[in-house]
Amino acid sequence: MYHSKKIIPGLIIFFLFMTFPFWFNIGGEAYVTPELVLPEDHENCIESVEFIRAEHMTILDQWRDAYVRDGYGLYESSLTGEMYAMSLTKTCMDCHDDKEQFCDRCHDSVSVSPYCWACHIEPEGVE
Amino acid sequence: MAIQKPDTMFKNIDHKPPRKDWMDVPADIKPGRYCYAAGPEPLEYVGMPNPRKWDPLDKDWKLPENWENTIITGMKERLEKYRSFKIFMDICVRCGACADKCHYFIGSGDPKNMPVLRAELLRSIYRGELTTAGQILGRFAGGRKLTEEVLKEIWYYYYQCSECRRCSIFCPYGIDQAEITIIGRELLNLIGLNIGWIAQPVANCYRTGNHLGIQPHAFKDMLEFFCDDIEEIYGIKPEPTFNKVGADILFVTPSGDVFADPGTYTCMGYLILFHYLKEEYGLDITWSTYASEGGNFGLFTSHEMMKRLNAKMYMEAKRLGVKWILGGECGHMWRVIHQYMDTMNGPADFLEMPISPITGTRFENASSTKMVHIVEFTADLIKNGKLNLNKSRNANVRATYHDSCNPARGMGFFDEPRYVLNNVIDTFHEMPQGTTKEQTFCCGGGSGLNAGENEEIRMMGGLPRANAVKFVHDKHDVNMLSCICAIDRATLTAMVDYWVPGVQVCGVHELVGNALILPGEHERETDLRGETLPGKEEE
Amino acid sequence: MKAIYSLFLVFALILLAMIGAGTLGMEYLFGVIIPYLAVLAFVVGFMLKVIGWGKSAVPFRITSTCGQAKSFPWIKENKLENPSSTWGVIGRMFFEVFLFRSLFRNTKVEIHDGQRIAYSSSKWLWLFAILFHYTFLVIVLRHMRFFTEPVPYPFVLLDRLDGMLQIGAPVLYISSLIILAALFYLLLRRLLIPSMRYISLPSDYFPLFLIIGVVITGILMRYFLKTDIMAIKELSMGLVTFRPVTPEGIGVIFFIHLFLVSVLLFYFPISKLMHMGGVFLSPTRNMTGNTRMVRHVNPWNYPVKVHTYDAYEDEFREKMVEAGLPVVKPLEEKSENAENKE
Repeated sequence: MYHSKKIIPGLIIFFLFMTFPFWFNIGGEAYVTPELVLPEDHENCIESVEFIRAEHMTILDQWRDAYVRDGYGLYESSLTGEMYAMSLTKTCMDCHDDKEQFCDRCHDSVSVSPYCWACHIEPEGVE
Repeated sequence: MAIQKPDTMFKNIDHKPPRKDWMDVPADIKPGRYCYAAGPEPLEYVGMPNPRKWDPLDKDWKLPENWENTIITGMKERLEKYRSFKIFMDICVRCGACADKCHYFIGSGDPKNMPVLRAELLRSIYRGELTTAGQILGRFAGGRKLTEEVLKEIWYYYYQCSECRRCSIFCPYGIDQAEITIIGRELLNLIGLNIGWIAQPVANCYRTGNHLGIQPHAFKDMLEFFCDDIEEIYGIKPEPTFNKVGADILFVTPSGDVFADPGTYTCMGYLILFHYLKEEYGLDITWSTYASEGGNFGLFTSHEMMKRLNAKMYMEAKRLGVKWILGGECGHMWRVIHQYMDTMNGPADFLEMPISPITGTRFENASSTKMVHIVEFTADLIKNGKLNLNKSRNANVRATYHDSCNPARGMGFFDEPRYVLNNVIDTFHEMPQGTTKEQTFCCGGGSGLNAGENEEIRMMGGLPRANAVKFVHDKHDVNMLSCICAIDRATLTAMVDYWVPGVQVCGVHELVGNALILPGEHERETDLRGETLPGKEEE
Repeated sequence: MKAIYSLFLVFALILLAMIGAGTLGMEYLFGVIIPYLAVLAFVVGFMLKVIGWGKSAVPFRITSTCGQAKSFPWIKENKLENPSSTWGVIGRMFFEVFLFRSLFRNTKVEIHDGQRIAYSSSKWLWLFAILFHYTFLVIVLRHMRFFTEPVPYPFVLLDRLDGMLQIGAPVLYISSLIILAALFYLLLRRLLIPSMRYISLPSDYFPLFLIIGVVITGILMRYFLKTDIMAIKELSMGLVTFRPVTPEGIGVIFFIHLFLVSVLLFYFPISKLMHMGGVFLSPTRNMTGNTRMVRHVNPWNYPVKVHTYDAYEDEFREKMVEAGLPVVKPLEEKSENAENKE
């Protein structure tokens, strides 16, 4: 090969870039999905676990809009038919009262930075 | 063959491609757009393959047996020898940036003159015959098989590319169509597909040292004839030397300057300048009848042929024992000198570092090849005040400057000729942006296509250049198109006559010669063309 | 027609992933085996292709000279557009690779009545091309949040910047909008401009449709057909730590997305997409243009048959003598070894 002094370093750089996730994780512990500390005194959330996993951000977003525009409203659970106040603080944080043990676990893992806490006080220490 | 009138030709320009896929549109070889094929003699003389008499309009092109294999093997070999070729075959994304940059496309509207498609003609063969994907998927992968019809198409369109490289400067990957065309023509020549206008000059050049086949005695005669003319104009007769062993400098210029108007006036310009330098500074410049050609139609044939023809320059310089070589105004000659000569036939270790004996300037930019462009040589003389010039002798000249493709996009030679021009004429106007310097347009007849029989495509291809000339002609009354290329001087003359009557063509050194005051000259009445000098009309 | 074939091909690929990973439940094949093979094919294929180019010689130094060459000290050299030094070449390559310098030069020709041809600047292609490439890069880097644990801060920051408009939840990525706009521009110009349609091949439409497919499935997955992102991270982390798993609860949309990406990776080294490597190796841009100053060596230069002066003089000696031109050998003697030499 001609110009190997330039091409080979170039290819090494290419290789390192393209295989970044593989070597970056070498020596790290096996990845496990973070475990969440769940409230002990409740059987279920306001909706099914699958639904909450996929849609919690949408629900919160809708609640916020509803609250800001119309004041407090009520949310009817399609799981149990129970009514809940549309409130992060009053409903969600009532059970999930530790941000670090609950919210952050997943959010940090997939690098999501919700801006809930720009307005709300973090539940940690609220008791 | 008579061609359309300019306004008809202009009105007929249509850039809309046909609906049918280009692979389904076979090449229709049109008279006026192709050059006649070469007969057997020139090929035999230089030992090129498949010499025969053939006609592109015939169905049977008398191809050698197994020609497909020759082309495919030749292609494979060149993919290994030229990284450029291999990469250019692989990475084009058909973004279309080059499409409307080609003068032949702008003027003819023939979609296969879009550089991208010209390259695709060959690329489709590469994919179809040499890549796995193309062999399996065929047209879906953009591949074609090499058939006789495809071959004819390649021949037709690879001799409608003047290797001017304008498209290449717009390409985001620097794909150089000129290199693809050069290799494409090299492949075609492997099976004897050529044009006469290139093959004959090649054979001539090999034998007599120049394209026109001028034999040594006739070459000397012609130059002496110019000297007689100069004597009539100046009252002084230059005495050039020929094949002189021990001269300071060997001068090589395209033989077109010796033979065809208006290049001949440029040649007279050189003779006047050299005479001046000899009288004033004792500089001994010699001409060679053996290396009597700067141009190199080998470049349009094959790399090997280019090397065979180019070898004479160094061989003759060595034999004569000169210090370095001076090169005349020529386009592709300078592409060969700049990009190939030292690599092919160097190192020129028998020559000295080029230093102007008059100004002491070291031509650092030519320190390895040891060949200096006459325009930079003259620019240096003017900069150092070594020439006694009278600009007013060119007062009738309202000039613009055509950047010849090769010095422009093969060297980056932009400011030197402009500097010289501004010192020998009063009125100079640039053509519009987008048509000069690195974006300059071809004359329409470069790369061996300045034949008579392809006049139509030459006028079409010349249109973008001519149109820019027309702009400065209409706006600033420009009447002279100066350039530094012998092919330009020949083709632009016909081209401006067609598109912009009233403009003449000249070399830069014609204007230098005309402005130069020779020691002991008598009172001059005319310029180099025999036309009355400004201010002398009334007398 | 060529566009429709390519579109169908992408639909077929989507269908394949839908049936394979969805109906037939071959999640391990689509989630582990194919992605592994794809990465392998991409990395190895890319490197082999570049090595293949490297094996070809660079016999001459033929650069595009887009500016004034190095000349006298009193003539201003264009060090970037026609470099004579390595630093100039590095600068030129930087502008080519990162800013698409040559495409920025683009013009458009217009034929006007009254025999006038005009050239106007045309930068749309440059704009959308650069938008496409940079957002593609941003998107790839953003995805690193699925392949690292903990996620390094630069990726977190990039993610926040991309979502800084804070529209909706999950927040809208600016890059999603830009890449779609750019891709549709690149597609529509091929479909609508007659000359572009004429030069386009299936291999031009296919990668466009494929990338559009990747982008749309990604957007669908994020905003509409949501799926368990934590399970996806478990899968992706499993892949890059060589402990492959296919957790429960991942929607088929993810497998379609992943399969299209895999196809893109397979396709990359055998396609025009290799311009990514080629742009670095293109001999017209990555060398100095000072060929007269520094000799370039051709590794395969070979001797050729030339016509020597002696042979020339032998043929024309009589005429030369008659014309008074100097000759090496007098008329009577014929040179003996004046054969053409190799």
